[in-house]
Amino acid sequence: MIANYGYRDGSGEYYLTIDTDRCIECRGRWCVDACPQSLFIIEADDYDDEVATIVLTARKQLKEKCAGCKPSAGYETLPCLTACLPVAISHSW
Amino acid sequence: MTQEKQDFWRWTEKIWRADGVDWKDAASVTVGIDVGSVSSQAVVLTDGRLFAFYSTRTGSNSPDSAKKALGGAIEGTGMTTDDVHYVVGTGYGRVNVPFANRAITEIACHARGANFMVGPSVRTILDMGGQDCKVIRCDDKGKVQNFIMNDKCAAGTGRGMEVIADTLGVPIEDIGVRSFDIDDEPEPVSNVCTVFAKSEATALLKAGWSVNRVLAAYCSAMAERVASLIDRVGVEKDFFITGGIAKNSGVVRRIERRIGVEAVKLPADTNLDPQIAGALGAALFAHALLRRQQKAEAAAGAAA
Repeated sequence: MIANYGYRDGSGEYYLTIDTDRCIECRGRWCVDACPQSLFIIEADDYDDEVATIVLTARKQLKEKCAGCKPSAGYETLPCLTACLPVAISHSW
Repeated sequence: MTQEKQDFWRWTEKIWRADGVDWKDAASVTVGIDVGSVSSQAVVLTDGRLFAFYSTRTGSNSPDSAKKALGGAIEGTGMTTDDVHYVVGTGYGRVNVPFANRAITEIACHARGANFMVGPSVRTILDMGGQDCKVIRCDDKGKVQNFIMNDKCAAGTGRGMEVIADTLGVPIEDIGVRSFDIDDEPEPVSNVCTVFAKSEATALLKAGWSVNRVLAAYCSAMAERVASLIDRVGVEKDFFITGGIAKNSGVVRRIERRIGVEAVKLPADTNLDPQIAGALGAALFAHALLRRQQKAEAAAGAAA
C-alpha cells in the first residue's frame, strides 16, 4: 500500500509517503530512531500488518516538522531516507 | 409571532430497513459505525447481508453520536446492543465508539464499502467527507493499494458546501441542479476557503452574479480542488464517489469533466446510499472479523 500522509495548503504539497509493501519486509525499523522529530512509529495497519506510520498529531505539521532535516538546514539527504534501507519512504517536497 | 429560521445546510437524515427480514433468524449480527465530523452512520448486517442503516448528524460528543446512529438503525426492531455480536468503529470518532470491538480507519472502510456497492471492478474511490477529502485506490477485493487525503482544510468538503448553502439561502440538496441552471459556465471562484466563502459569495452577488452562477462557480472550484488530489494518485476505472457530496450533481459532474472519467452511479432503485459507504465497510469488516474470531475459538476448542 502507498500511504500518503500530509496535506496541501496555500504554500504547497507536503506529503510523506510510505510504501508499506516494502516496509513490511524490514526488520530493522531504522526510521523510528533516525527521525529527530520522532515522526515514525510502528503500528498494525487495518490489515494487521506491522508497518511504519506517521504519528497522528504530526500529520498536519509536516512542513514544519521536517524543515530541520531539509537541505536548507544543512542535510544533503534526509535522515529518514538514509535510514530506510528498503527505500520505502519519500517526500513530496 | 416568531418565524422559524430555515437551516439551508440541513440534509435529509436517512433510515432504511430490509423488508420481511427477522434479525432473530440470523446467526450473526454485525455493525459498522462511522462517526464523521459532520454525519454519523450505523449499518447493521445480519449474516453478512444488509439489514438496516441510519444516517444522522454528528453531535458534539462522539460516543453519543455513535449511540444515536445505532439506536436509530435498530429502533423498533426489538434489537438491542446486547444482540450485536461484533462492532467496528470508523471515521474520525472511531476510537470513541463505546461498544466497538475494533476501530478501523475510514480509508479501509470506504474502499470495502465501495467494493460492496459497485462490485469488484471499482478501483478508485473519492470520499468527499464532512471535513476532509480522500482518494483511495483499491484492488478487486476492496483492499487499499494507495491513498491520499487532505484534512487540513475544509475547502472542498461537505462542511464547505453547508456554509455556501446557508450563505446563499439555497437548500443544500438543490445546489447541484441549480448550479447547472446558468447560461454559461463561469470560472471557478478564486478562493474556496470555507471561512472566506461568505464574503466572496456576497461580493459576487453585489457584482451582479445570480445565485445559480455563484453556485456554479463554487461547485467548479470545489471540483478543481478535489481533482488536483485525484491527479496525485491517478484515477483508474471504475471510479466511485462516496460521502454526502456524491449526491451533489453540481460537483460530481464537474469532477468528471475535469478528470475525464465518469463516476459509477448507483441504480435509481437501490437501497444503498454513498453516504453510508464507510459504515457499510466497517460492518463488512465486523462480519469478517467475527467469523475469524469464531474459527479461532472453534480451533482452540478442538485442540483442547
